[in-house]
Amino acid sequence: MVEFRARAVVIATGGAGRIFPFTTNGAIKTGDGMAMAYRAGVPLKDMEFMQYHPTGLPGTGILITEGSRGEGGILVNKDGYRYLQDYNLGPPDPWPRKKAMELGPRDRLSQAFWHEQQKGRTIKTPHGDVVHLDIRQLGEKLINERLPMVRELALAYVGVDPVHAMIPVRPVVHYTMGGIHTDIDTATPLPALFAAGECACVSINGANRLGSNSLAEIVVFGARAGRAAANFAKTNPKPGLAGKAGEAAQARLRELFGREGGGDSVSSLRKAMNDTMESDAGIYRSEDRLRQTCDTLADLRARYRRMPLQDRSNVFNTDLVQALELGCMLDVASALAQSALQRKESRGSHQRLEYTARDDANYLKHSLASYQGDAPPTISYRDVVITKSQPAERVYGGAAT
Amino acid sequence: MSETITLEVLRYHPETDSEPHFQRYVVPYRDDWVVLDALNHIKDNLDATLSYRWSCHMAVCGSCGMTINGEPKLSCHSFLRDYRGKVVRVEPLDHFPIERDLVIVMDSFMEKLGSVKPWLIPKVEKPLSAGEYLQSPGQMQVFHQYTQCINCLLCYAACPQIGLNEDFVGPAALALAHRYNLDSRDGGRDARAEVVASNEGIWECTFVGACSEVCPKHVDPAAAIQQTKISASVGWLKDLLTPGAHR
Repeated sequence: MVEFRARAVVIATGGAGRIFPFTTNGAIKTGDGMAMAYRAGVPLKDMEFMQYHPTGLPGTGILITEGSRGEGGILVNKDGYRYLQDYNLGPPDPWPRKKAMELGPRDRLSQAFWHEQQKGRTIKTPHGDVVHLDIRQLGEKLINERLPMVRELALAYVGVDPVHAMIPVRPVVHYTMGGIHTDIDTATPLPALFAAGECACVSINGANRLGSNSLAEIVVFGARAGRAAANFAKTNPKPGLAGKAGEAAQARLRELFGREGGGDSVSSLRKAMNDTMESDAGIYRSEDRLRQTCDTLADLRARYRRMPLQDRSNVFNTDLVQALELGCMLDVASALAQSALQRKESRGSHQRLEYTARDDANYLKHSLASYQGDAPPTISYRDVVITKSQPAERVYGGAAT
Repeated sequence: MSETITLEVLRYHPETDSEPHFQRYVVPYRDDWVVLDALNHIKDNLDATLSYRWSCHMAVCGSCGMTINGEPKLSCHSFLRDYRGKVVRVEPLDHFPIERDLVIVMDSFMEKLGSVKPWLIPKVEKPLSAGEYLQSPGQMQVFHQYTQCINCLLCYAACPQIGLNEDFVGPAALALAHRYNLDSRDGGRDARAEVVASNEGIWECTFVGACSEVCPKHVDPAAAIQQTKISASVGWLKDLLTPGAHR
C-alpha cells in the first residue's frame, strides 16, 4: 500500500451507473469516489435521481445519441404507432417541433416506454423488450454526415442498418444526477475535500438532467474545483501521516485476502444487486418494491463482508479491484434505495406509483444520505436554493406551443 | 446442447510462471457476443483469476486491445460470429512486456506520448480575459481525423519497426504530434520537432502502413507520419536556404 499525503483532494471519479445491469456507463463507473466520500462522512445528495436515457441498444446498453431524434428520428411501438402522443407529448404534427413528441425530455420518454411495456405494446427480443427508433426518413446521405456513429454502432452491435431498418432501443441507465454533496465552489462539508463532475452533486441537474449539462459539470465545476483545491492547499499545512487510519485500511485489505470458503463471489453478489435495482428501483418505484430492495441490499452487504476473494495474488489482481468496486456499489446502491423509499412523491426521474404527483410543499428539498456503517443510511433534507428560475409545472407537446 | 465456442487464452503470472502458457475455456456461442463478452463470461463464471483490461465495451475507451487469432484487435469490437467454428486464440498485444495474462506494461508508450507534447502550445499566450482561441470548422477539419485516436496501442502491436527498435516513438504518438502541428491555434511545431524529427521519430518509419490497417478509428497514422516527413524536410530546406528566417 502506498500512502499519499495531500493538502487538498479533488474527487472526479464519475457516476455509478454500473449499479444497474443495463447502462451506458463503462465498467469503471462503479461509484468508487462517491463511496469514499460517503464513508468519510460526506452525505450523498439526491441519489434517488438516476437518469434513464430513452434510447440504448438492447443487450449492450450502447447509447444511441439524442441527435438521432434531434435530426428527425421517431419512436414507434410494435404497431408502428408513435406512442408518445398518448403521454402528454403530442400531437405528433407539425413535426419536428421543440418540447414535443420525440423531442420531449429524457425522463418522460423513458416513462412512456414503461407504460407501453405494461400495455404489451413493446417488441419482445432475447435482450428484453424494445421499441423502434426510425431514422430511415433522413436518408443515407444525412445519416452518414450527421449520425455516422449511430449507423456504425447499430450495424455492429444489433446487425441493423438504420438506412434501411428500424433500430431496436430501450431506456438505459445513463447518468447519476445525485452524488457527493458539494457547495457551488465544489467544496464538501469535509475540509480539504472537493468533488466535481458526475460523482459530485453541485445541484445543476435537479431531478432530470438536460443533455450536455455534463459538459458544464466538467468545464465549469472542474475548473472551480481546481482553483478551490489549489487555494485551500496554499493556505493550509501539509497533513501528517495517516497513522491509525492507514493501518486500518491495510488491516481491511489483509482481512479480505485472508477470508476462506463461502459460496458468494463478486459476480454472484453483483448480479443479485443488479437484479434488485433493475426490477425494484428503476423507472417506476413503489413502497413494497423499494422496501424489498433495501432488505435485499442489506442482506447483500452482510454477505459481502464475508465474501472471499478467488484471486489472492499480488499482481494486477482484477478480482480484488472488482471486489472493492462491488463494495462501493453496494454502499451507493443502499443510499439510492433509501433516498428513493423516503421521497414520497414523483419528480423527474424519480417516479412513485402510489405518489404520482410532484409535492413541492413537502419535497421541494434535496435528500442527504448519511453513512451509518453496517446499518442502512439515514436520510435528511435540505432546502433547495431557488434564485431566478421559479418552480413551475412542466408542460410538453401541444400545451407547450 | 446449445452451441459453444472455445477460447485459447494466454496465461502468465509473474509470481508463479516461468513462462506463458495457454488455457482453454469453452463458453456459450452467441451471434451478438464479442470476444470481450466471452472473456467476461469466463471471469464471472469459470475463472475469476483471468486478468485483462476493459471498460466501455463500445470501441471508445481503447483499453481492451488484444491479439486475437494473430491480429491486434479491440476485443469489444471482435465478434464471435467472425470466428464461428474456430478456436479463438487470445493473447496480449505484441511488442509490450506482459504484466499478467492479457495485461501489458504500457509505461514506454505513456512516456513517448508525453514526449511529443500533445497539447496546444499557443503561438502567442493571451490572458483568459482576452477570450477564446477561435477556429473555423474548415480549420478543424484539417486535423479532425487525427483527434480520433483512443490510444488503444493496436498500431504499436502491428508496427514492424517497433518490433525492431523499441525506442521508435511510434504511430499513435507521432500522429498526435501531427494533429497539434496542423492546428491553426498551435505554434509548437519547433518544440515538438526535437522528438518528432529525431532519429527515433518519423525517420524510423518505413511506411509499411500496418498501423493504419489495424486502426479501429480510421486515424491513419501512416499518412500523418509521411506528411510530417514532408513538412520536416521543407522546414530543413528553408533553414538551409534562409537560416533563421522562418522561425
